[in-house]
This record gives sequence, C-alpha cells and structure tokens, in this order.
Amino acid sequence: MDVQTHSGNLFMNTATMAYRNLLKTVHNPDRFMDVIIQPVMFMLMFGYLFGGAIAGGVQAYLPTIVPGILMQTMLSAASGSGAQIREDLDSGVFDRFKSLPMAHVAPLAGQLFADSLRLLMATVASLTTGYLMGWRPAVGFGWVVAIAGLAIVTGWALSWLFALLGLLAKSAGAVQSVSLMTMLVLSFMSNAFVPLKSLTKPLRFIAHLNPVTYVITAIRQILATGSWTHEALLVLAFDLLIVAIFAPLAVWAYDRN
Amino acid sequence: MTIKNAIEVSHLTKKFGQKLAVDDVSFNVRQGEVFGLLGPNGAGKTTTLRMLTTLLKADAGQVKIFGHDTVKEGRLARSLFGLTGQYAAVDEDISARQNLMIFARLNGLSRPDAKQRTTELLHEFSLENSADKALKDFSGGMRRRLDLAVSLITRPALIFLDEPTTGLDPRTRTQMWDTIRHLVQQGSTIVLTTQYLDEADQLADNLAIIDHGKLVKTGTPAELKQQIGGTRLNFTVDQSTQVGAAVKLVAAQVADAVQQTGQQLSVRLTQMAQAAPILTALNQAKITISQLAVQEPSLDDVFLNLTVGKN
Repeated sequence: MDVQTHSGNLFMNTATMAYRNLLKTVHNPDRFMDVIIQPVMFMLMFGYLFGGAIAGGVQAYLPTIVPGILMQTMLSAASGSGAQIREDLDSGVFDRFKSLPMAHVAPLAGQLFADSLRLLMATVASLTTGYLMGWRPAVGFGWVVAIAGLAIVTGWALSWLFALLGLLAKSAGAVQSVSLMTMLVLSFMSNAFVPLKSLTKPLRFIAHLNPVTYVITAIRQILATGSWTHEALLVLAFDLLIVAIFAPLAVWAYDRN
Repeated sequence: MTIKNAIEVSHLTKKFGQKLAVDDVSFNVRQGEVFGLLGPNGAGKTTTLRMLTTLLKADAGQVKIFGHDTVKEGRLARSLFGLTGQYAAVDEDISARQNLMIFARLNGLSRPDAKQRTTELLHEFSLENSADKALKDFSGGMRRRLDLAVSLITRPALIFLDEPTTGLDPRTRTQMWDTIRHLVQQGSTIVLTTQYLDEADQLADNLAIIDHGKLVKTGTPAELKQQIGGTRLNFTVDQSTQVGAAVKLVAAQVADAVQQTGQQLSVRLTQMAQAAPILTALNQAKITISQLAVQEPSLDDVFLNLTVGKN
C-alpha cells in the first residue's frame, strides 16, 4: 500500500518546477507578450526619434541602440520573474510546495529557468526588430548568437536579484513598481542609449558604476571586433557572482516567508 | 497494547508583533483518530496548523510527527504527512491531471509511478471526465476534491485538513465527510480545523477548542458536551396555579436550580435516570404537564459556553 518514493533530488525537483512554469506560460501566452512588444516598441520609438539627434541618422544609431534595447529588455523580462514569484507565493500553491520534502531552491530555480524562455523571446524580438530596421553587424551570425547568449545569461543572473525583491515585497503590485524603477534607472543611467562622453561628470560616474554599462560595452566590442574581449569575460564572472550572492539570499527569504 | 501518538505538541507559542496568536498550546493526536481543532475565526487554528506542518516557525515549543521533530528533522517530518490548505493549493492555469503529475513528481515518484497514481486518484475522486480541462472551469467542490487528491499522492499516514468544507454546499460537504471517513477506515490519522460544530461532532474522535490562541478544552465530543450542558428536562405545567408546587417537587429531586419561564420549567439532569422519579412525583401530586422534552446538549452549547463572553 506504500507508494514508492525516492528522496527528490535537486535537479529533478528543479526540472519539474521548470516544467510546471513552462506549462503555465504556454497556457497564458500573455505572459510573454510584454517581452515581445516592449523591445519592438522601444526599438522603433528610440531609433526613429533619437537616431538623428544622437548619431546623425537611424542607421548610424543602430549599433548603439540594438545592444542597449537588448539589455533593457533583459532587465524588464528579469524583473517580471519577481512579480511572478510574489503572485505565486500569495496563491497558496507555494504552501504546498513548502510542505513537500523537496529542495527549497527548486521552486525558485524552476521559475527562473522557465523564465529563460521569456528572455530568449525578448532577445529574438529585439535583434529581429533591429535587423528589420537595417542593423547589419559586420561579424558573423555566430557572434550574434554569442552576444544573445551573453545577454540571456546576464538577464538570468539578474532575475535572482528580482526574485529576492519579489520574496521580500509585500505584494505583487509593490514588486512591479520597485522593479520598474530599478529597470528604468539601470537601463537609462548607462551607455544604453547615449555615448558616455556626452554625459555630465557626476552622471558619467554613476554610469560607470552601473554594471549594465559593462554588459553593453562587452556586447558592442564583440560585435565590432568579432572576438571575445576581457570585458565579456568580466561580465560572465559578474553574472556568476550575482547568482552566488542572490540565490542563497532568495532561498533565505523564501524560507522566511 | 500501547497506542502511539501521531503528533505530540508541547508548549507551542507564536507571537505576531505584540499579539500572542498561539499561547502555550500542548496536545497529542493518537494514531488512527480524527482530531478536530475547533474555534471561532481568528482563534489561532490555522496558525497552529501552519506550525504543525512546518510552514511557520514557532517562537517556542516543539512539534513531533511520528516521533520526528519538525525543526530538526523537517524534511523527514514533511515526508510523513499530506496537507490540504484552506484555499485550494492547486495551479489554476493547468489541468487536474497536470497538477497531479507535477505534485507526484515533486513527491519523488518516478514518471510511470506518477502516471499510475494520477490515474488512480482521478478515478477515486471522480475527476476523470474533467481531468484535462483547465481548473478555471472547475466548481468549488471539484477544486477541493483535486486539492485533497494532491495531498494523498503518497498515501500519507497523517493528513492535515484546514477547514475542508468551508464554502461548500451541503451536498458537497456530505461527500467530503464520506471521503474523510473512508480515509480513516484505511487507517489514516486526520487533523482537521473547523468552525462548524456539526462537522466536528460528525467526524472528530477528539477535539481541542481554541480561543484567543489558548487551548481552552480537550476531550471527546461526548465528554465536552457532558461537562458543559448535560441533559436537560423541559416541560410545561398545564395549570398556572400548580407551577409553584411543581418547582418544589422537582427541586427536591435534583441538585441544580430549576429554571422557570412562565409555566415552562427546565432542569439539568446529571443522568437520564433522574427523569423517572420527577415524572412519578408530578403524577402522584396530580400535576399535569405537556410538551415534555429531554434535550441532549449540543456542541454549540459547549462552544458558546467556552468561547463567548471572552470575545
């Protein structure tokens, strides 16, 4: 009469949770509409609005703005995970997850892995829009895939930060507003849309502190030179550091909830 | 034969800010019984249950599930029980089958085992016809059934039910009661919280009444009723001139005071056998009575007696 169970292992639990979140996403296609519409909208608006003013033309502006919008979209998609986790926590399903004999990081990691689908779609939407507007990187397609990978890994690492925000916040609404502010500050206080040289000194100082600046620089360098740069390796190390810091913090916040 | 305890709770305490939500609560739940936590809204039932099920850390005190400390051996303790929360803890966006499969896999069942158990449970809870529909179209009763099915995936020996029938219509409630009785027959131990007295009376072997975070009384439903109400004998004296004489006669037979409302008399009996001499005495004195009734105490009396007045 006993049911055969083996003590769930971390990877299997995480895979199951990722499957659950993917199913939920598939049943609710509106979950990724935002990450598709937003980059298209921003790419068109910013490109045609500021292209002339900043770079002297839309074509000249594209190498600047495509990596910029790409990272802005990553931030936005990553911040969505925080709100999603908060919503899940409030729904009662998480009580059951917690009462199950499984690794406590699994529900969080599962969510974030499933959300990398959102990151992927956001990346495709950003780059495709850029292409349609006339963006033609000089390096081969392989390097475009490489920068897409770098952007997705960075977005995924940042989603742990937003997961922590989601776990600490009181409501999904609060997460959304804090996430939006964070996203806006991080993406605009950087070199995403304007050259750093054009900024006033204090602003330039802030932009230099902003990690997003380094990611965007790394992506532009790869696209310009067609080779891995120090900056890109630095970004990967930074991503690793973020996960190493924020994943344990998120699990701590999850247990505390 | 010694009866092992399924749960041992000692000096459990939880504070929310300045408010003591659960105040030094201790009780045991024996294996194979239905244990009811009864109390008004906000009394601390759910808080207690959340601590028993490791969802909430206690500020003080200890909980042992089948001898395993829920803090030190949390993961082991969690593998020994199933939990059905107050709000259906299932995913709205996906189907009943997908819900069962995911929770079966999370419980550590292999894929074929999970598939088989899902089929069994869908059948057992009459959900086969809606197995692949999104839960959004489910009725409240179906959702609760699925919720319970999910907590039974591993056939746990101990099942926690937090207000299992709140918000259900009478017919679905009776079905839920049958399901719970069926589980007990199969040897499960059940801890349920409820604010419905008839539900506690119907299902529970032992009860703990909680009010303002404190355990005010424990015992079987019969014991509690006995302690509070006892049986009452009520009747009406036909002739108003005879009421005084009747009160005297009855008072001679019982220890408690006789309550009089107009021509209606009411008296508490410590045992049923006291009724006969009272009636004989009245008959001999040629006092005619009508509307004779023996009233058994209900849990409502117990509940009101123990909890009202403090609220």
